[in-house]
Amino acid sequence: MTAPTSPLGVAGVLDTCRAEGRAALIGYLPVGYPTVEGSIAAMVAMVEAGVDIVEVGVPYSDPLMDGPVIQHAAATALAGGTRVADTFAATKAVRAAGVPPLVMSYWNLVLRSGVDAYAARLAAAGGAGLITPDLIPDEADDWIAASERHGLDRVFLVAPSSTDERLTRVTSACRGFVYAASTMGVTGARDTVGGGAEHLVRRTRAVTDLPVCVGLGVSTRAQAAQVAGFADGVIVGSALVRCLIQARELDEGLEALRLLTAELAAGVREGRR
Amino acid sequence: MTQPSTAPGEETPAATTGRFGPFGGRYVPEALIPALEELDEARQKAMVDPDFLAELDRLHRTYTGRPSIITEVPRFAAHAGGARVILKREDLNHTGSHKINNVLAQALLTVRMGKRRVIAETGAGQHGVATATAAALMGLECTIYMGKVDTERQALNVARMKMLGAQVVPVEHGSATLKDAINEALRDWVTNVETTHYLLGTVTGPHPFPEMVRDFHRIIGVEARAQVLDLTGRLPDAVIACVGGGSNAMGIFHRFVPDAGVRLIGIEAGGEGIPSGRHAARFATASPGVLHGAMSYLMQDEDGQTVESHSISAGLDYPSVGPEHAWLRDTGRAEYRYATDEQVMEAFALLCRTEGIIPALESAHALAGALEVGRELGPDALLLVNLSGRGDKDMHTAARYFGLLDEDES
Ligand SMILES: Cc1ncc(COP(=O)(O)O)c(C=O)c1O
Repeated sequence: MTAPTSPLGVAGVLDTCRAEGRAALIGYLPVGYPTVEGSIAAMVAMVEAGVDIVEVGVPYSDPLMDGPVIQHAAATALAGGTRVADTFAATKAVRAAGVPPLVMSYWNLVLRSGVDAYAARLAAAGGAGLITPDLIPDEADDWIAASERHGLDRVFLVAPSSTDERLTRVTSACRGFVYAASTMGVTGARDTVGGGAEHLVRRTRAVTDLPVCVGLGVSTRAQAAQVAGFADGVIVGSALVRCLIQARELDEGLEALRLLTAELAAGVREGRR
Repeated sequence: MTQPSTAPGEETPAATTGRFGPFGGRYVPEALIPALEELDEARQKAMVDPDFLAELDRLHRTYTGRPSIITEVPRFAAHAGGARVILKREDLNHTGSHKINNVLAQALLTVRMGKRRVIAETGAGQHGVATATAAALMGLECTIYMGKVDTERQALNVARMKMLGAQVVPVEHGSATLKDAINEALRDWVTNVETTHYLLGTVTGPHPFPEMVRDFHRIIGVEARAQVLDLTGRLPDAVIACVGGGSNAMGIFHRFVPDAGVRLIGIEAGGEGIPSGRHAARFATASPGVLHGAMSYLMQDEDGQTVESHSISAGLDYPSVGPEHAWLRDTGRAEYRYATDEQVMEAFALLCRTEGIIPALESAHALAGALEVGRELGPDALLLVNLSGRGDKDMHTAARYFGLLDEDES
């Protein structure tokens, strides 16, 4: 089942990138770090510096797919009073800045709002859809129905451990793109992007025509270029969040963020395809 | 090898797809699905494999010390409205709690799956000690994740795990208790799943864990039912157990589920009382939600963020509960109450003084429940209580609570 593309979704952006002969750059930042306003400013700064899609992270109390950097940012955001509702302010701002915002949320936060109510609210706030790190298609009947109703993308993950049978099952439930985890493990910058990533992308392409974007562990221009050589999109998270964590004040963080984003944007244009 | 004989009603029930009504499921990263499927297949094969069952039975007889005995406790029962009270003595198992039942079985599965490393979470430390024990016995590498708060209040068990050769990793983020230890164990698992088995210690988590762990503890109720019938000629009026994740309770309840006249009563941690917000009485306050791979009752705020639980006993200090308990509760087959820290410490001291048995603080919740239920039902009642563990690990907490330490020690 490949659903028709949605006007809110990311398909248009990915098509444009493909037409330009390059991979898309997808940048992740969590809402509420260092503050809600600061995080929105940071997302807009990433857009200005060249990301094609913003992955809007929702801080969660038990982020079991995240490494220390994003855990720290999420815990700080929650301690500062960040609410799920703040997500929608972020998606509006990112959409207004000109790129699609794709929300990354652990499932209980969606469930708690009511899946359909959440989807309606996300669509109304310009959201492109959801990346669901702890929801597999097998458990996603409600979300699949709600995303159809509201025209939202559904990005499920595949991993190096996925069997061919799982790849088929997962990709057939996706809309927008397929998120390929580069290695087994949690988010966080790594020195090398696992060689398994390219193999996984190849196996994924064998079962779907959807774009395949690669995340986990990408932090540098060279890595972005390497991944852009075989994937339709390069997803960067912890390295961008670290720009904000290491800064003494927000402006310094935004400056570091712009620089890194520009480097990564150059990287995705260097990948030979 | 011969298969241990099973009487009618005592065979392990057929495997399911992992839903108990709306509860359960597999809310985990895709990366773990192949490992969960491999585990599900391995345990289903094992449960009908005479060699596996014989090996587990041999270990239980010659290592765990099964069957565990039952003990009638009349001097304690005098405070429980005069009801007859019988304890199922899981505290006498090797390593000191029921946890070993599940651990030995999963460790055998680990070897069968060709994995060389086990990881586990632990709250009270009993599951960690049991896992470290099995790892030593079977030559497996072992890492235990434990909340920092718990490493301090259960220091004896940390020392035991280290002596047994396990690496103990204190987890400092979040509430630094059981829930955070599970997060960290899951992060390890998703990274090392090819070589590592996550030896989960209770009836929570993604399918097949809730069902599999229940089946490995079901022996508690199978034995106890026969033992009580043998001693008294009848079934108990109520079976009472403490409920953290819910493994000892599912273990003793499950064989009694078809016995409609037997009340199944789970006791949660009431902590400092419901109004204080500092408790782990999920069924008294919580609503359905997803944590650690399963849909169940969950202590959560308006947004769905997990709310931190509190209990004087580390083993019950968890904001969710096994999905099968949620289903037993919603269908009315089991009932759930809570005991506050104060009631628990009173029951703890009472069993020590009247019967010469020092229970684990977790198990003392079941004892507090028995005092209450006995008073309600009166002298004709027959209560079966799961004494899930012994209290050595809790002596520091108890000594402090009862002021038994010198000033400078407390
Ligand atoms: C002695 C004892 N009883 C009970 C528990 C609670 O676990 P469960 O509810 O899974 O039996 C623990 C957990 O650490 C324990 O050590």
